[in-house]
Amino acid sequence: MGRLTTELCGIPLDNPVIPASGTFGFGYEFAQWYDINRLSTFSFKGTTRQPRFGNPTPRIAECPAGMLNAVGLQNPGVDQVIREELPKLKQVFHKPVMANVSGFSVSEYAETCALLDAQDQVGWLEVNVSCPNVHGGGMSFGTDPRAAAEVTRAVKRVTRKPVILKLSPNVTDIMAVARACEEAGADGISLINTLLGMRIDLKTRRPVLANTFGGLSGPAVFPVALRMVWQVSHAVKIPVVGMGGVSSAEDVLEMMMAGARAVEVGAANLKDPLACLRIIDALPEAMDRLGIRELKELF
Amino acid sequence: MTETVYRLILTGKDLEPQLPGQFVNIALPGLFLRRPISVCDQQGDRLTLMYKTVGQGTRLLASLRPGETLDVLTGLGNGYDLSKAGDRPLLLGGGVGVPPLVLLARRLREAGRPVAAVLGFNTGAEVFGADALRALGCEVTLATADGSQGVPGFVTDALPASYSFFYACGPEPMLRAVCRVTETSGQLSLEQRMGCGFGACMGCTVQTVNGPKRICREGPVLGKEEIVWDA
Repeated sequence: MGRLTTELCGIPLDNPVIPASGTFGFGYEFAQWYDINRLSTFSFKGTTRQPRFGNPTPRIAECPAGMLNAVGLQNPGVDQVIREELPKLKQVFHKPVMANVSGFSVSEYAETCALLDAQDQVGWLEVNVSCPNVHGGGMSFGTDPRAAAEVTRAVKRVTRKPVILKLSPNVTDIMAVARACEEAGADGISLINTLLGMRIDLKTRRPVLANTFGGLSGPAVFPVALRMVWQVSHAVKIPVVGMGGVSSAEDVLEMMMAGARAVEVGAANLKDPLACLRIIDALPEAMDRLGIRELKELF
Repeated sequence: MTETVYRLILTGKDLEPQLPGQFVNIALPGLFLRRPISVCDQQGDRLTLMYKTVGQGTRLLASLRPGETLDVLTGLGNGYDLSKAGDRPLLLGGGVGVPPLVLLARRLREAGRPVAAVLGFNTGAEVFGADALRALGCEVTLATADGSQGVPGFVTDALPASYSFFYACGPEPMLRAVCRVTETSGQLSLEQRMGCGFGACMGCTVQTVNGPKRICREGPVLGKEEIVWDA
């Protein structure tokens, strides 16, 4: 086994770098740039029970060292994901994919997860209780430990696949939410989703985003993400997937030193479609420089 | 080209032929997101862009000096469909929307079509691109809102009596007006703020008659009949 290998909830990973949901579509946009089997896996676009158009435009704004997005969970709905996206993905990707699921009620989360549980291509269910850009769903489940635990229990009842809860940083006590998920049976925790922010257009004096608020991502959030990954890794025993502003091999190593078993890369993919590949390729040299023989030493 | 319109010529090895209406996405130092700019013209490995300085990104672009190296994603988006041109295609450009019409005109002329173009600007001082189109053998009519050059008024005030198909690019009010007054079918290039520019982030999606479309992927060129204009 290579020095980059790791493992997440019992499933081996060739390397720790995982493109994050919402920045990688259903994979095949990136398959035009490179062989995406070089990746260990990726987390596909957040999927809900019903198709969603998402928010009106503008959905994107530039920020210092990052960006805001308020896409609002645009997705074709789980039925079409199973009918069209997964078969198309099968042509270009031959490893287990991480299915990212969002919802507006506990039963909706469970229903969507049950449908995806039946798909052989799906390795893990990453349950997003942290989307900041929709009302009455997403993040409202992730800011209350009891609600997060309720979603976790409902999803665990319908699947035997590993369930990873994706948490929001927009909370007072991230450790309380993580512990509640662990107690409810979660197999892993991934964090952080985006930080709620906004921009105002100086000329029009109006918010840049049609949704007024959006989620901040990119290098700007890396120190916040690192702190929360550290806190959660020390608060729970289940594996933690770190993400938030990761854009280099050094960032990956820093996340793993904070306690992450694997690392998701988000906004960097939008700036550079080859970002994950470049990070994977840069890891061995960065490890040599830092005297790390294998990533397993880090956790 | 004018007080606020700049021309940037890029050269690079193994540049694939860009389709008229496609765009490139340029990484700029100090900015997180790339900046999408439509392709104005291509001759071999020489790519011409024309852009107006409207914000941080385009001002940074304008400050570049000859010889600098840029990280550019090329060949992005769905361009104009030349097969729909018919025997007398019409190009409609408004202000910053004029550049992609140049490569389109070049390809249509190569295909032996007579090409008419109507270009609209606010003032005569803002006119650009007309010479490039005339040099390709297009019959160019100008319209200016202040009446200082060509037909007084908008592009829609200077439309020819008949044409087989139209190709438009310009600000949204112009595109809406064109769709309102013409009975003829056509294609329009739309603009949206983008995240990635290659279909991954869903940052630029608009609703159409045929469901959601990403402006960076299924667009920026959409058919007149599929566009849903917001009320």
